[in-house]
Order: sequence, then structure tokens, then C-alpha cells
Amino acid sequence: MFIPAPQKPIRVKPRFLTLARISTHAGICLWAVFYFYQAFTGALPGDPVQALLDFTGIGALNLLLISLVVSVLSQHLKFSQLMRFRRTFGVYAAVYGLLHLSTFIAFELQFEWALVVKEIVSRPYILLGFTGLLLLLALLVTSINSIKKRMGPSWQKLHNWVYLALILVNVHFIWSTKSIDLQAIIYASLSTIVLLSKRKKIIRIFK
Amino acid sequence: MPKFIHLRSKSSSALSENDVTDEHVYKNRRTLLKQLGFIGASGLLSNKALAGPFDWFKSDDPTPTFKQQALSFTQSNAKNYPIPSTPESIATSYNNFYEFGTAKDDPIKHSQSLSVEPWTLQIDGLVEKPITLSYDDLFKTLDLEERIYRLRCVEAWSMVIPWIGFELGKLIALAQPLSGAKYVAFSTLLSPEQMRGQRNQFVGGGVEYPYVEGLRLDEAMHPLAFLSVGMYGKTLPPQNGAPIRLVTPWKYGFKSIKSIVKISLTDKMPPTSWNRLIPSEYGFYANVNPTVDHPRWSQARERRIEGSSVFDQERVNTQMFNGYPEVADLYKNMDLRKFY
Repeated sequence: MFIPAPQKPIRVKPRFLTLARISTHAGICLWAVFYFYQAFTGALPGDPVQALLDFTGIGALNLLLISLVVSVLSQHLKFSQLMRFRRTFGVYAAVYGLLHLSTFIAFELQFEWALVVKEIVSRPYILLGFTGLLLLLALLVTSINSIKKRMGPSWQKLHNWVYLALILVNVHFIWSTKSIDLQAIIYASLSTIVLLSKRKKIIRIFK
Repeated sequence: MPKFIHLRSKSSSALSENDVTDEHVYKNRRTLLKQLGFIGASGLLSNKALAGPFDWFKSDDPTPTFKQQALSFTQSNAKNYPIPSTPESIATSYNNFYEFGTAKDDPIKHSQSLSVEPWTLQIDGLVEKPITLSYDDLFKTLDLEERIYRLRCVEAWSMVIPWIGFELGKLIALAQPLSGAKYVAFSTLLSPEQMRGQRNQFVGGGVEYPYVEGLRLDEAMHPLAFLSVGMYGKTLPPQNGAPIRLVTPWKYGFKSIKSIVKISLTDKMPPTSWNRLIPSEYGFYANVNPTVDHPRWSQARERRIEGSSVFDQERVNTQMFNGYPEVADLYKNMDLRKFY
């Protein structure tokens, strides 16, 4: 990686950790609340529905990327406490993804269920995004400690699907734009870097 | 004669009051929101978008606003259309103008310093009398009138916009088309120094610049085809295609080429930018047609943007030719599935 590895493992006081975790939860939740509030009151410029779709979709992708980077950083910096944040970010990635789909259904299609089904089934980029979201939701549900314990080694197997979800979500993003989109390309590049940094683990999955 | 089409209140091209959100409904919704305490508190928020938590690639640098001027024009249909459904602030901040970037808020952010004075619009090609219009000529060569048209984007959203301008056909008639002229080719300003999308392929969405569009001559001569020099009572802001842009309300929005510098009459079908970029998705005609889906999304319905809240959006059926059936004669005996 790009940051030089420290000599000694990093450890912080538990109360800092608690504070950081509370701030993370509050930050991610409040930001969504704040953004939706603006979309409801008409404080966003332009088309509020598109703004919400972009916010939730790109937000989900950001959170997913962060959750994957956390384990890389944690190993590299010998900062094992950081690992506690992986699940937090992963859970919110799924939640933001769910908000993204909900925005599409509630505000873009305004609960025209026949059209919702038709769009998901017949539009390849929506189908890919939907598949990616279903994977994230499966990971979300199995993130509950008691379920995780009961699953044993199959938990890791299931959670390896996160890499596929990342790929699906990126293709969904690129494909949804009308032509070349700089932001989508930047995300695809970042995702590629993350996947490359985990190449050893990914190769092991297929062995 | 053509002008009367717009004077008749029952004409399909004329929007009736039914198209505008009922004031009671609108006010009730507002009242409800107010009761919930949303609106009062929203005054505390700045009008400018508050950057999202994860908007890593957005810049907030303030830009000086382009100066728009008031226009005098005939409010020919003002009685029939009391107010346009789409607020001006939305129509001027949610734009597709890839010369300034592909995001909807790129045009307003990056176009404000566009220089439109001086401007030169050339009408040439297969015409008896080529015309060159200066910036001032754009506003005085023909009488200006207001037209409220529906705008249907190929991305399945729509707006209702009060344009100011003149019929394209009247300008073409001044140039006296030769008998061999069959098509009209349009071209946008090419100015990489002013247009960031033209400097960089990735910023400009991969479009080959200058942006070009085209119409069949009979389409161009149809009284609905309009050249706009203003909107909402004023000259156009750059993000909406200053100083002059095309408006063809029965076609998807991308046909309505902006910031035009050249109109050429030709005998061959001219290339069009989106068709050149993705021919399988965008044809030459691009008529609004609910029965022919875009390969990646349905065109059967649309979301009409009526206000700045997510609740001010109306889902409506997309109409054939965007509800302008008077153009249907232009396409009889044509397979509109094939000529999309």
C-alpha cells in the first residue's frame, strides 16, 4: 500500500473507540436525514429525485468501498481495532442501497408496481444494481452476531460475495449514464484498486 | 396561418390550465408540510445545495452569474397558460449541456462566463440568400413571441417551459431555400476555451464536438419548430443555450440543440451527435414515442418536474409526439420503430 507500515501495532483507548463509533453512526445517519429533509422541502437545486438517487447510490458505493478498505488498512497499519468499523460501514452501505431503491420506487416511479417490476426485470443496468443490492442485503441480515455464530465457516463464504456486489454496483453506475461519465470512471478505478489490493484473498476464494 | 395554431385555446399544442398543478392541491401540500414544521425551518438553509457527505468530486466555488436581459414579445398564449408548471429556478439549474459537463448541475456551474456578444449565426448551404445574424439581429430580425411547450427528455423526465423566440421556418424562408434542399443541419458553438467538455473527452461525455443536430426540411418548416432566444421573459441563460437554441417539442430534448452558430440547408441527411455516439439508442428522428422504448429504459411514462420538492413531481403518460399530433402528417407511411 501507499502508506508506510508502522513498526508497532496501533492501539487507542476504548473510550476513543466508542466515541469514534458513535460519531460514525451519527454522521452517516444524520447526513441521510439532512439530505432527505432538503429533498422534501425543496432546498436542493435542480431535480430533487435525481439528487436523491445520486446521493443514496453514490453514498452506498462510498460506504461499500470504505468498508473494504478498512480491513486492508487495519492489517497494514497493524490497527486491529479498526476492524470493528468494517461491519458498521458495510451495514450502512446496504442501508443506503435500500434507500436508493426506495427512492427509485417511491419518488421516481411513484409506486407504479407494474412498472417497477418491468424496469427491474427488463433493464439490464437496473437488474445488475438490484442483484448487487440483494447481495448486500443478504450480508446485512447475516451480520447479526447470533446468525453469524450459527453460520460458522459458511459465513465467510457468503460474505466473499461482497466483491461481486462491488463489481455489479460499478457496472450498474457506468451503464446507467447516457455516455462516458467521469465520476463513474473514477469509482470504477477506485474499486479496481481495492480489488487489486485484495487480489490474494480473491484468488484464494476460487481455489 | 401557422401562428393561429397557437392561438386556438383547444389546440393540443396549447397547454391548458389542467396541465398546471391545481393550486388547491399545491397549497394543501404546502400547508401540510408547513404544519409538519418543514418549511419554516427550511428558511434557515441556504439556497445553494449543501454538499452531501460523500460528494468527493464536487467543487463549490461561487461563479458570477450571467447577465440576462428582459425581452419584449407577444404574449400570444398568455391567457391560455396562466403559469408554467416548471419553476424557472429548476429549468435553469437542471440541464443537459455536455459542453459544460455531464452532470445536471454542471451547465449552470461552468457556463456563466460564456461570451455571447458578439455572436454570429449563419444560415447557408442550399439557399438563395445566405444570412448572417449578429447578436442584436437575433432579437430583431423577426417578431418575438412566447410559446409554452412541454419538454420531454429522453431520460423520461419532463418540464413545461415558456420560451420566447420565433418560428424556425420563418427564418429559413428569409434565406429562400433552393429546390434541392432536403435537410437542415445545425451546429453548436465550438469554443474549447469556454467549454470544458470540449477540452476533455471525459468531461464532455465522449461526444464529438461541435454538437450537431438535424431536421428534415419539412420538419424544420413546421410551425411548431421554434428558435428560442429567451425563456421566462428574459434572454436565455448560457446553461439553456444562450443566445439562440432550437426547440422541437415533439422530439426528445436532445434534438433541441443549444447555442447555435450555424444552420445549413443540405441535400443529404446530416449527422446528429447522439446518433453518432450511440446509434442503437438514438436515431435521427428522435420523436417522442411512448410505444418505442429506449433500449435501457421505458418511454411509456414520464416524471413531470413541477417543483423543487420530491413531492412536486407528477407521473404522467407520455403522449405520442409529446402530445403534438399536428406533426403526425410528417411521418405518415413511416415505420417509427425503424426510424426512431
